[in-house]
Amino acid sequence: MTAPAAVVVDGPPRRMRRRRAVGLVCAVVVLLVASLLSVLVGSKPLVPTDVAHALFAPTGGDIDRIVWELRLPRTLAALVVGVALGVAGALIQAFTRNPLGDPGILGVNAGASLGVAVGVALFGTRMPTQHLGFAFLGALLATLVVLFVGAIGRSADPIRLTLAGVAVGAVLAGITTAMTLLDPSTFNQMRGWEAGTFVERGLDVILPAVPFIVGGLAIALFCAGSLNMLGLGDDLASALGAHVGRTRVLTVAAITLLAGAATAIAGPIAFVGLMVPHVARWIVGPDQRWIIPYSIVLAPILLLVSDVIGRVILWPGEVPVGVVTAFVGAPVLIWLVRRRKASGL
Amino acid sequence: MSAIAGVDAASTGPLDFGASVRVVRIGGLSLRFRVRALLVSIALVVAAVGTALAALCLGEFVLTVPEVLSAFAGTQSGIVETVVLEWRAPRVLGALLFGAALGVSGAIFQSLTRNPLASPDIIGLSSGSYAGALVVIILIGGGTFMIAGGAIVGGLVAAGLGYVLAYRDGIQGFRLVVVGIAISAMLGALSTYLILRARLEIAMTAAVWGAGSLSRVGWTELALSAVVIAVALAAVAVLAPAMRQLELGDDAARALGIRPEPVRLSLVVAGVALTAVVTAFAGPITFIALAAPQIARRLTRSPGTALVPAALLGALVLLLSDIVAQHLLPQPLPVGIVTIVVGGAYLTWLLVREARRRP
Repeated sequence: MTAPAAVVVDGPPRRMRRRRAVGLVCAVVVLLVASLLSVLVGSKPLVPTDVAHALFAPTGGDIDRIVWELRLPRTLAALVVGVALGVAGALIQAFTRNPLGDPGILGVNAGASLGVAVGVALFGTRMPTQHLGFAFLGALLATLVVLFVGAIGRSADPIRLTLAGVAVGAVLAGITTAMTLLDPSTFNQMRGWEAGTFVERGLDVILPAVPFIVGGLAIALFCAGSLNMLGLGDDLASALGAHVGRTRVLTVAAITLLAGAATAIAGPIAFVGLMVPHVARWIVGPDQRWIIPYSIVLAPILLLVSDVIGRVILWPGEVPVGVVTAFVGAPVLIWLVRRRKASGL
Repeated sequence: MSAIAGVDAASTGPLDFGASVRVVRIGGLSLRFRVRALLVSIALVVAAVGTALAALCLGEFVLTVPEVLSAFAGTQSGIVETVVLEWRAPRVLGALLFGAALGVSGAIFQSLTRNPLASPDIIGLSSGSYAGALVVIILIGGGTFMIAGGAIVGGLVAAGLGYVLAYRDGIQGFRLVVVGIAISAMLGALSTYLILRARLEIAMTAAVWGAGSLSRVGWTELALSAVVIAVALAAVAVLAPAMRQLELGDDAARALGIRPEPVRLSLVVAGVALTAVVTAFAGPITFIALAAPQIARRLTRSPGTALVPAALLGALVLLLSDIVAQHLLPQPLPVGIVTIVVGGAYLTWLLVREARRRP
């Protein structure tokens, strides 16, 4: 939004570009280590040789079952959800040009929660696989209503869309709270779902959501360049050849697919999509073509590390990942915002 | 001057002089106000008084307006007096007072951060209060005043921590917001975990508190909170002109003779006090602080923050919501649920109407 955007037009100097690439490679290495930790650590700690046996020469023993049925799906869930939330967060902050932007702001989380509450209260759903469809449908419908209210009569103006998201989200959240307070069993189910967790998220929960996330990612990468131009303001963006209206519609579609699918898998994990793009922006500056790849790598790291900490901190009990992400991410965010000259968008 | 205006009007059509403004001077005191804001405020006061009367009449024991008025005059005795003065009046007054406090508090924070999404919640106040109250309800177990104490301590610790962590050569709106988000996220996570681990009945009691309810407001609570709110509102009234100049940016404000840091700190303290006292006795009533300034701004078409209309609107919305929560739903619910639904629906409607009128 401010002066540094001019750098993007000329392209960054080669040294800076190389530093960004090296940083990305380092982040990928950290991501691999975090994934390995996520497979090793738990109420039954494993050593790497156990895992190697389980992966390449499974015998069907306890350790093999732990690795294949518990740890690997859980790690995969963290990876998939992390990628989706990180990119959705980067998109929403670029799109609304608001540092308060969170993937939930277009009504995704509120819609998903209401969807699950309706499923629990009216259809008696109990399992994560059953919640999946209700959550995704709720997120989708909520975003459509927000789009209708925010974009009625004109193109999707970010400020109006944000306000519409807040307004519609509030209505939905109120209805959800009312439903939970009126029925103790719904309350009991919802307090578990709304914490956000990867427990009991097997492949049957993850795989149905993957196509939506892949679609959202493709759209996000396609839009990255145009979003840079949109950051300069609508008029300048049009002059530079960006399709302002088309980019906005595609961005909203990508956010809905990514955040909706992620929330459907794990429940609302609010802090990741907000924090990771900030961190990425502090590392690479305001270029969306770099922010999105960094978000893809950094967000799963945050989720994996948080999930591992959640398994260790009250061992052998567990703390839901949604609770831990806040305690891991918030100090980092505070430290960053104090250390550097705070960056706008 | 008028000649130039005449030339402009002739060449480009009628000249827009902006909103019509009146200035009243009484002795050395001069008051400048916008006509539309004044008319909206008067309409809001009338509506609030009417709604308050209706709220005093409604209930299991339905009263007429003359009965209510005579109870206040002291000519009624027995059951009518008890119902009006002991049961309904504190709650109605509480709704008006708390709503006004929340509306002003929201307006302050939106002005300071120059962000329409800002409310006292973003610096971690509500989440701090909620976490403090949950600790008392779930871990310690205590009555109304213990919970109120927990909420105040939690809220003040969160807000103070936010201010201290965001302070570095002065407070910057963006940094305050980001630090607030971080602290809220942590406290929110703590609350989620406490709710998750508590026994179901206790967790539900805590959740009802967390939704925000006026059912615990009696004369004692009202008197205590009224003192705090009155002091805070007086401070805001004194600081209001400086706050408008801060909206122009720190440099411009300095040039106009304002010292940004002391003004900003005083405004934050006043805003925090307003929200904290409401939260202590009624729980975190959401959305009024967020929606009232926005709605007030749209009603008055004011370019900056409209403090008085925001206060009046907050009062009216909270009272209306409480009537709906108590009487119009099949089962009474905490008022916070109604404020969030009504406020959200109204903001939605405003957005739709705005788009229809100016396509």
